[in-house]
Amino acid sequence: MKNILFLALALSVWAACAPSPSGPLPILGERDVVNGDTIYPTIPDFAFVDQDSQVVTNATFAGKIYVVDFFFVHCPTICPKVKANGLRVYQKYKNDARVGMLSHSIDTKNDTVAALKRHAQKLGIEATKWHLVTGDNDAIYGIADNYFSVATVNPDVPGGFDHSGRLILVDQNRHVRSFCDGTDAKEVDRFMLDIDRLLAEQYGKH
Amino acid sequence: MRTLLPVLLLSVFCALVAWQCEVQQSFAEGERLYKANCANCHMDDGVGLGGLIPPLAGSDYLTTHRDALPCMLRKGLEGPIVVNGKTYNEKMPGIPTLTPIQATNLLNYLNQAWGNQNGLYRLDEVTNAMEKCASFN
Ligand code: HEC
Repeated sequence: MKNILFLALALSVWAACAPSPSGPLPILGERDVVNGDTIYPTIPDFAFVDQDSQVVTNATFAGKIYVVDFFFVHCPTICPKVKANGLRVYQKYKNDARVGMLSHSIDTKNDTVAALKRHAQKLGIEATKWHLVTGDNDAIYGIADNYFSVATVNPDVPGGFDHSGRLILVDQNRHVRSFCDGTDAKEVDRFMLDIDRLLAEQYGKH
Repeated sequence: MRTLLPVLLLSVFCALVAWQCEVQQSFAEGERLYKANCANCHMDDGVGLGGLIPPLAGSDYLTTHRDALPCMLRKGLEGPIVVNGKTYNEKMPGIPTLTPIQATNLLNYLNQAWGNQNGLYRLDEVTNAMEKCASFN
């Protein structure tokens, strides 16, 4: 009897902790129904400049899924942790051309192309894989909303900018499919499983 | 005498436990301060971040700049420094409101965390260093 109880307990613990179910990830955001068709929110057109002075647009990520975040170089708070976790994602998918990465600076005045270049070198990342971009202030703050992220100027917080340290996953069709708290290593573990799920969904099993 | 001995032993034991607790507690306070003020940049495990943020785990800077550290925590650090043979040239903000007790707890946490085995700081030593640092203002 005791054994059975134990087994039941073990099973329920296992069920509760088992990895998230397979199958498609949800498409995030408010959906509309127009003429009987469901319209999902999509990432609008954008054009920014990266650490190699290359223009980065939606076309840069054509046929790819990509991971997004918002940061700034002289960030005294969460950015280094988000970058450290971003580096884990970078290392895992470094040789997988289906995955791209895009970090937006929200301190466009100070984070010039040269500053982003130095930052990238010190992180040891390749611009072909991980684009650190700057650009028009309003365009960057505006697109943060589309990625369900916060980016605002706030002189009352350390560093002068308020932002969520989220990592956001976008699919080939410009839909946001997952996100996580980029400061939390465990959440990022889960997020990388979501990347695997999205790869399986959009490219089929290898 | 026969009753005195166990009492004596017991009180020695209690004193030892209390001392242990005190040491443990000051690391706990240092750890709390570290998580709140430093871990965002230097990471929970003290490894730093690439060429941007130097490590605290296994850092030779902690021993070579021992006397300068209390002041540095309050005033911050800027310009090129060398940690374990590698050059860093970034900016670290200081915490102007840091008290000598907090600095002592913080430094003692750093000096024994993550396998670090550096000598601990005494409060009077840190207080002195921070007073001198204030006079440079
Ligand atoms: C905003 C990010 C940031 C925060 C927060 C931060 N540091 Fe630093 N720390 C740095 C950087 C960057 C350097 C290197 C500075 C330079 O290049 O001159 C550094 C250097 C150091 C050094 C000397 C080099 C070494 O690695 O041994 C120590 C010690 C240190 N920090 C301890 C702390 C402690 C303790 C705290 C919390 C009270 C803290 N730091 C908070 C970014 C930070």
